Amino acid sequence: MKKICFYFQVHQPFRLKDYRFFDISNDDQYFDEKINHDIMRKVAQKCYLPMNQLLLDQINSHNGNFKVAFSISGVCIEQFELYAQDVLESFKKLAATGCVEFIAETYGHSLSALKSPDEFKAQVAKQVAKVQEHFGQTPTTFRNTELIYNNHIGSLVYDMGYRTMITEGADHVMGWRSPNFVYSHYQQPDMKLLLKNYKLSDDIAFRFSEQSWESWPLQAETFAHWVNSIPWNEEIVNLFMDYETFGEHQWEDSGIFDFMRELPNQIINHSQFDFVTPSEATEVLNPISDIDIHNTISWADAERDLTAWLGNPIQDDAFDSLYELEELVKKVDDPKIKEDWIKLQTSDHFYYMCTKFWSDGDVHKYFSHYDSPYDAFLNYMNVLTDFEERVRLAAGYTLKDTEIHPGVFENFKKFLPEGVELS
Amino acid sequence: MGNQPKVLMFGWEFPPEISGGLGTACYGLVSGLIENNVDVTFVVPKLYGTEETDKFRLVGANDVEVTFSTPEFQKNLEKVKYMQIHSHMMPYVSPKEFMERGEFDIDSITQIDSNFSTAKFDFGGKYGKDLLGEVSKYAVVAMQIAKDQEFDVIHAHDWLTFPAAIMAKEISGKPLVVHVHATEFDRSGESVNQEVYDLERRGCEAADRIICVSRLTRRILINRYGIDGGKISVVHNAVVPKPAKIYPKRNLVDKKIVTFLGRITFQKGPDYFVEAAKRVLETMPDTHFVMAGNGDMFLKCVERAAELRISNRFHFTGFLNYFETNNLFGMTDVYVMPSVSEPFGITPLEAMRTGVPVIISKQSGVAEVLRNSIKVDFWDVNALSDTIIGLLKHKEVSKQLAADGTHEVNEMKWEYAALKVREIYNKTINRRRSVRI
Repeated sequence: MKKICFYFQVHQPFRLKDYRFFDISNDDQYFDEKINHDIMRKVAQKCYLPMNQLLLDQINSHNGNFKVAFSISGVCIEQFELYAQDVLESFKKLAATGCVEFIAETYGHSLSALKSPDEFKAQVAKQVAKVQEHFGQTPTTFRNTELIYNNHIGSLVYDMGYRTMITEGADHVMGWRSPNFVYSHYQQPDMKLLLKNYKLSDDIAFRFSEQSWESWPLQAETFAHWVNSIPWNEEIVNLFMDYETFGEHQWEDSGIFDFMRELPNQIINHSQFDFVTPSEATEVLNPISDIDIHNTISWADAERDLTAWLGNPIQDDAFDSLYELEELVKKVDDPKIKEDWIKLQTSDHFYYMCTKFWSDGDVHKYFSHYDSPYDAFLNYMNVLTDFEERVRLAAGYTLKDTEIHPGVFENFKKFLPEGVELS
Repeated sequence: MGNQPKVLMFGWEFPPEISGGLGTACYGLVSGLIENNVDVTFVVPKLYGTEETDKFRLVGANDVEVTFSTPEFQKNLEKVKYMQIHSHMMPYVSPKEFMERGEFDIDSITQIDSNFSTAKFDFGGKYGKDLLGEVSKYAVVAMQIAKDQEFDVIHAHDWLTFPAAIMAKEISGKPLVVHVHATEFDRSGESVNQEVYDLERRGCEAADRIICVSRLTRRILINRYGIDGGKISVVHNAVVPKPAKIYPKRNLVDKKIVTFLGRITFQKGPDYFVEAAKRVLETMPDTHFVMAGNGDMFLKCVERAAELRISNRFHFTGFLNYFETNNLFGMTDVYVMPSVSEPFGITPLEAMRTGVPVIISKQSGVAEVLRNSIKVDFWDVNALSDTIIGLLKHKEVSKQLAADGTHEVNEMKWEYAALKVREIYNKTINRRRSVRI
């Protein structure tokens, strides 16, 4: 039997409040409790609660033959604790079925893998601890933020003990190859990679409610038929998507819940596929080849690269300004600073600063509560300025001026008004 | 005789509802004229009800009932038409016809009698869309005002009021003084708006006397507008005395702060400030720079600061209200005005009044009168950064400049500037009288 693997990303950032220049030095509460609460409650009602119930029902009615996987960011779990205990409970029920795998990622859903191995490892450990605490599982599969991957990140994750990792089946690295096999890291044959089948994933995640799409309205039967139609030798279909697809990005009236209620039946009873979780998949399937991914890939935008978060001047300056503080933060033993440090690393802050305004601009706007990327940037920098002040104060570290060239003062003298002298 | 001239003055805004420096300057000048026993009627497109009406005689054009039906009005309307102001309402005779033609903005008529012979007009005020339409409406109402009021001389501030003033002169035959606070070249560099330029030139040509806020502006009128220098006087702006209130520093308390405050436009040279900041930060990495204001170069400056990797030391506040402006001056160690072209420039004076040492560009009108400041060429980023560093490092120099500067600014009184303006009125009125005789 071939394998089909559903994996859902569950994430909500701690969004910043409107933080003005005059708040610097006077306000160390950076996050907008109201917006974060309201969005969490809205998504809970539209997506998390009904979809968790749906999955639970499907798992129960298919006697353990329907399986899914989640990676839930630490900052999202934290917001469940704060604003959505009901959602947390429903995930615990799913965990108890034994048909749900929880995946490791960074606590802050951060881009730390690109910048700091130490920070990256620390954040993964923190997220894993959260998963253990609430769901009683120790993750064995790893998924980096937004499927961001390259050889180096693969090595890092391998060194941390993981042997299964999830990433994107991006065209520009796949070339002629199919994502419907298990692959391995370019140097570590036992580091197995599951690649997203973006065509079939996006049929659900993006195209489902698009009325101009030739396949609208998509029926579970049709979709199962597509899955079944992959070439005879291919082994696995990986359907990776945002969990908020269900009920939030695709509204209930699009029929997305009905679709998901029927799909397990169609797959289990009318296809040559078994549902598996990622770690089960890599247990039974062997890599068909290694794959060398030198340039970083992700699942974002048409480019499937990092440009959703990094690459324009404001994103880069914000990102580097943040990580310049890492060394100092490490020296500080203040729990609030440590918390803020992680929350400020959340990739969404940089996503809001994206200025790519062609096809993907709409998507960015949909996910942003700012009027423009520049608003997002300036707000973030105001917060970061205050954060830097706090960190420097706590670390007892001030920046010193370097020696000023005497020519500067010689020049200065020339511009002094009459009667004013340098002492 | 002529010692107490009656002035009909046209402005575009008056405190507290102001969006630029023009309203502040008019407020100061009128106050100074009153102190010099000059009788001023100040006209604005719109009154908001928050103005100091006990101190000033103010007329809102929106409150004036215009009578359309007289032949005289029709004749003069033709003259407004001649000014070719691009407005849809000019060529017609009555509001009724305006409406019948369907080309007139009916919403702007707030009151009209049953014969369509009189009407009142609404004004958006400020600098919104259809500014030229507002300018021509203002000119129509000005004809009525010129008929109703008694005065010896007309005084008009900047191009927005020039058509109104020209019509007032046509109606009354009284001499006209135009006051140039800024030209289109200051506002737009070389990409001038031709309609605005034409109105500015027509106003200057129609004027019996021109007052410029600086020698710099006078030169622009001579070189760019072909105006006879012989009829241009320079009267520098002054400052309304205010108790120097020092606001305690509440942000980045132990850091040095260098400030730019103004519109973030080509004219103000904000990009030179960004480049200078980068140079200062190379040796003084914990200095903070604040750019306060809005404008069409805002995003460019944000991007440039990010490219230079100084965003964590370079802050943008957006537009600041009065209270926030004072707060900002209170925390500022050096104020910089690197204007490319600044007819006068009142903000450095406000900074100095709160005890902040200033660096201003030589290309600003205020540089002609200010002694206790540092003057550099706007393009000389080295000089800009060296003098910023110099002021931050040499506290005794900063202190002396700040103290002397505060004193100097407090002596720049509108009363003195208004005295010069009164002289100009008297000469203009007398000259007109002698010509008539």
